Amino acid sequence: MNELQFLTWVRGPGLDIAVGIFLLGTVWRLFEIYTLGRRKDLAAPRRAAGASGLHTVFRRSLPPHGMLKRAPVSYIGGYIFHIGLAVIVFLGAPHIMLIANLTGLSWPGLPAQFIGLATVMTMAAMLAMLVDRINKPAKRFLSTFEDWFVWAVTFLPVLTGWLAVQHLLLPYTTMLALHILSVEILLIALPFTKLFHVFTLFGSRWHNGSANARKGVPV
Amino acid sequence: MQGPLIESLARQGVSRRTFLKYCATLASMMALPPAAGLAMAEAMAAARRPSVIWLPFQECTGCTESITRSHSPTLEGMIFDMISLDYQETLMAAAGHQAEEALHAAMKANHGKYLLIVDGSIPLGQDGAYSCIGGRSNLEILKEAAQGAAAIIAVGTCAAYGGIPKARPNPTGAVSVSDIVKDKPIVNIPGCPPVPVVMTGVLAHYLTFGSLPDLDDKGRPRAFFGETIHDRCYRRPFYDQGKFAKTFDDKGARRGWCLFELGCKGPVTHNACATAKWNGGTSWPVESGHGCLGCSEPDFWDAGDFYKALSVPAHPPTSVVAASVVGATAGAAAGFANRAKKNAARKARQPITVADLEK
Repeated sequence: MNELQFLTWVRGPGLDIAVGIFLLGTVWRLFEIYTLGRRKDLAAPRRAAGASGLHTVFRRSLPPHGMLKRAPVSYIGGYIFHIGLAVIVFLGAPHIMLIANLTGLSWPGLPAQFIGLATVMTMAAMLAMLVDRINKPAKRFLSTFEDWFVWAVTFLPVLTGWLAVQHLLLPYTTMLALHILSVEILLIALPFTKLFHVFTLFGSRWHNGSANARKGVPV
Repeated sequence: MQGPLIESLARQGVSRRTFLKYCATLASMMALPPAAGLAMAEAMAAARRPSVIWLPFQECTGCTESITRSHSPTLEGMIFDMISLDYQETLMAAAGHQAEEALHAAMKANHGKYLLIVDGSIPLGQDGAYSCIGGRSNLEILKEAAQGAAAIIAVGTCAAYGGIPKARPNPTGAVSVSDIVKDKPIVNIPGCPPVPVVMTGVLAHYLTFGSLPDLDDKGRPRAFFGETIHDRCYRRPFYDQGKFAKTFDDKGARRGWCLFELGCKGPVTHNACATAKWNGGTSWPVESGHGCLGCSEPDFWDAGDFYKALSVPAHPPTSVVAASVVGATAGAAAGFANRAKKNAARKARQPITVADLEK
């Protein structure tokens, strides 16, 4: 298989397999989670007013008092790489092409240099967070295989995409194919790892917020 | 400078100065040092006309057209005067048995020394019956001719990689020259058709240095195939700025913006079109407003839609509906299983009362 055939495979059958597993896993887990249900709370609600669910969705994205100083790498690094990923995925011209092709929706992109800058900042933030995870004994102790694995499958698409655009290490065709392959690995891993927070994050925050309000701790 | 070629060029009105300029350009295109231009001119001018046998197999004659059919006589065409083209079905006056005799005479007289040029793929299906010359299959003729060749030049994507005849489902069982000949040096000059100057560049290199130029991992001369179309494209700045033509007749297309979104395969295609251009440097596909098809890459015909950007799926994902249905079914089944488990746990529950504890 030459590199063009490899690229054609990841754009065709490879993508089919990855999208299939991604959809299967996502639909499965969402169905399972939402059919689990919660036990009926028989106690009278202590306070039901306000929109605690909605507030919690936003509040949990802000560091609690004093935490920014205690864990600056986690918070600042976390902001940079999450926003960076969103900028790369939703404002990079080739990625908008992909979204337009799959959904028909499209919007203007940012210049390649700007996306390049966002990519470098994202990778720097992710590397800083990895070093922090290795260096801090408590974080290292709490880390499981899944944490390291999930970091790698998130980092690889960013790295290979950047290397492909900058024409580094390997010929562009091979690097582009590796980039698409790494995204396919990410797609396959997403429903079955903590990366599933993409779908469950806001729902669980909402649930916690409204449950807390019912118990008398509104936000 | 003296020799058969320079005299023949002079007869056709090409001055020594023009010839030297041409050789200098050729040398610089092949990334050779400046002195190589003069060496090339001297060697080519004085060259003893090497015998060249050109075998056309399963092809469309586009490669021959590319090299010979320019609107005015070109130096590329005239360089052909310096070789002794002993057999070329399309160009030779002889036909039938006479042509076959010429082929065999040239092969015998120059055994081990002649250059073999092949264009077209070789069909292996039906014992090679899909393409025969004089009742003999292409495979048989190639094997025989390759035996006495000093080197083989596979001209065009068909000869180099199988090309369009090899495209799925490959009804004739077409293969490339390098799939059959393993024991001779082979230079691939892919392209559909290939750029003429690449052909003369390789010939000039062979005549000057007596060896074949440096090749990449796909057997192509690095000097011409070392970089991608995209890297040398004059529209590249628009790609970097994120300015793309969305259709072939919109504002972006009229302003000459990047054709990536219209399916240009420039980023994955290695060829010299962007630098050497076509029709005597007049233009080339991207300059004329159409994206690159990737014709100098192996299996370009099966590498997805010509008009789809490289970053989008080759075809709409086929697994979407099936995967969603299976996922929903599995999720629902898991939901029922969880519910059954909860109910069972509830039934099996044995509450402990204060009375139990006081026993």
